[in-house]
Amino acid sequence: MAILVDETTRVVVQGLTGREGRFHALRNRAYGTQVVAGVTPGKAGQDVEGIPVFDTVADAVAETAANTSLIFVPPRFAVEAVYEAADAELRLIVCITEGIPVRDLARVASYLRGRSSTLVGPNCPGVISPGTSNVGIIPGEICTPGRVGLVSRSGTLTYQIVHELTQRRIGQSTCVGMGGDPVHGIGFIGSLGRFNDDPETGLVVLIGEIGGDDEERAASFIAEKMTKPVVGYIAGFTAPPGKRMGHAGAIITGSRGTAQAKAEALEAAGVKVGRTPSEVAELVEGSLS
Amino acid sequence: MDLYEHQGKELFAKQGIPLVEGFVVGSGEEARRIAERLGGKVAVKAQVQIGGRGKGGGIALVGSTEEAEAAATRMLSEGFRRTAVTRVLIEQLVDIDEQFYAAVSLDRSAGAYLAIVSSDGGMDIEQIATERPAALRRATIDPLLGLHDYQVTYAVGHLPAGAREGSADVLRRMYDVLVQNDATLVEINPLAQLKDGLVVALDAKVTIDDNALWRHPELESLQSAFPIDPVELRAQEAGLQYVKLDGEVGIIGNGAGLVMSTLDVVQLAGARAANFLDVGGGASAEVMATSLEVILSDPSVRSALVNIFGGITRCDVVAEGILGALERVTPNVQIVVRLDGTNAAEGRAILARAESPRIVTAETMLEAAHRAAELAGAAA
Repeated sequence: MAILVDETTRVVVQGLTGREGRFHALRNRAYGTQVVAGVTPGKAGQDVEGIPVFDTVADAVAETAANTSLIFVPPRFAVEAVYEAADAELRLIVCITEGIPVRDLARVASYLRGRSSTLVGPNCPGVISPGTSNVGIIPGEICTPGRVGLVSRSGTLTYQIVHELTQRRIGQSTCVGMGGDPVHGIGFIGSLGRFNDDPETGLVVLIGEIGGDDEERAASFIAEKMTKPVVGYIAGFTAPPGKRMGHAGAIITGSRGTAQAKAEALEAAGVKVGRTPSEVAELVEGSLS
Repeated sequence: MDLYEHQGKELFAKQGIPLVEGFVVGSGEEARRIAERLGGKVAVKAQVQIGGRGKGGGIALVGSTEEAEAAATRMLSEGFRRTAVTRVLIEQLVDIDEQFYAAVSLDRSAGAYLAIVSSDGGMDIEQIATERPAALRRATIDPLLGLHDYQVTYAVGHLPAGAREGSADVLRRMYDVLVQNDATLVEINPLAQLKDGLVVALDAKVTIDDNALWRHPELESLQSAFPIDPVELRAQEAGLQYVKLDGEVGIIGNGAGLVMSTLDVVQLAGARAANFLDVGGGASAEVMATSLEVILSDPSVRSALVNIFGGITRCDVVAEGILGALERVTPNVQIVVRLDGTNAAEGRAILARAESPRIVTAETMLEAAHRAAELAGAAA
């Protein structure tokens, strides 16, 4: 089962013929993911190591029954790719691209309301259900199948925590990289809700960071709705206010969006919050035993 | 990118938002000349990106050209709250009747824009929101539909009757400023109604989305007005995500979250980070070498910590980059290196073969942070 991606996932890669698109599409396929098509306007009829390329997502869907899009398109054209995937009614759209103007994302967010597609990202590492399907750039070899769901605003920090879990022989059901932009697709709440309903997930790890109020809203959701234990981590306790820490969304505005406030909100909702990635893995181990 | 008040006001002027007449100057002498031209009674305003100018001496309301010169000279030489002031804005003094607040900003949790109008102005908006919530009216703007007339009417509906039309006009134009410049914040505090009835923007706070600067080549030139630390400038030129901090452990990592986490873990280990530096995904040996050179050029760095979890980034390439940097510069600090993930074994082997006395390897992130903290302490 897992969430978002599983053995029924059939991927069309938008931007397959680019350097990044090609590299990761082939890695995803080698992992066992069904990568069935690529889209690059003007390159229909070509293929990338046997993956057929189409001019449009609609063509790719008609020919290959793709149901999930993975986007590696430069920031200037990436939102166009999201609209195209949404209009083709793909169930999941995973956008890896970093650097999309936030106004374009706000418009996408409005457009997607009430539609059937779920967006993951942008500026994210993608989604993996270990052992089944990998849609994005998360290194499959650090993951192992199991019952811990992860959702995170960060890429490599997720790898670090997954690695610590795997080293302790704790496997994962699905890892969701929701991305580091201020306006994004699926968030903590959407992921937590799906994990709560997923019989293969027993515990959820939430990895947040400074900026915005996604973690605070997640805390309310956890207090009201979650029946499964949640372990948390927040990055950026030492980040100064007003400075953007790498991610477009990682900024403390005035007194809002601090790591301290987020950790306190989560703890008040019954979440155990680790102070280091290793402590997160220890807390997970403790909760499972 | 946060604009200075005078830069924001340039955008306002283009959009037809009423302003008080004023000019930006860089010396006391110029301030005097401008004050003379404006009739002597002027406001002298330090151009800094810090709030609280009114109370802290960053704004002087003066009655003569001599006082204007003195105030400008003081601000330019003393700075404001430990920040250098290179420009002051000289504006005509006006007779204010009422002060309000207006803002249009990105509402990141809603994925929309938010207009806020307050019938109280001139003070901190968070304070107004807590103490007098009834003074605030909000309207959520769908970015696909824009600001509706009924929303404008509602948003200014609690202002004095005589100020509503002027404020409504300003609010519509503020939204235009936001859309046309890809801003995430356009704020006027205070928005003032003058004795003659005119509603004008006395201040301007505008934040531009860095991701959208490619759409606005005309705005990129505004960036050159910002003072920048030499180390920061070097990092920026190399295309690195770098933020100067005030500790002593120079930090390099891949991925914003991992770097932030490394900063935190170093603090838990008893030291403080000198910087945030994210080399990004798939860093080349050259990028790695430049990054190391950048942090080693910071005189406050007493030890360095390279924390890499390879995904698309390959640890062997990182190791080669570290050695490449050591060929170009001879650091006087130790560099703790932790490599995990893609090609970590190869990377560690490359470092081991080099047998550099400057490199200390660590097995885990936690161990690396502790080593770096110890070394920084020992070097102090």
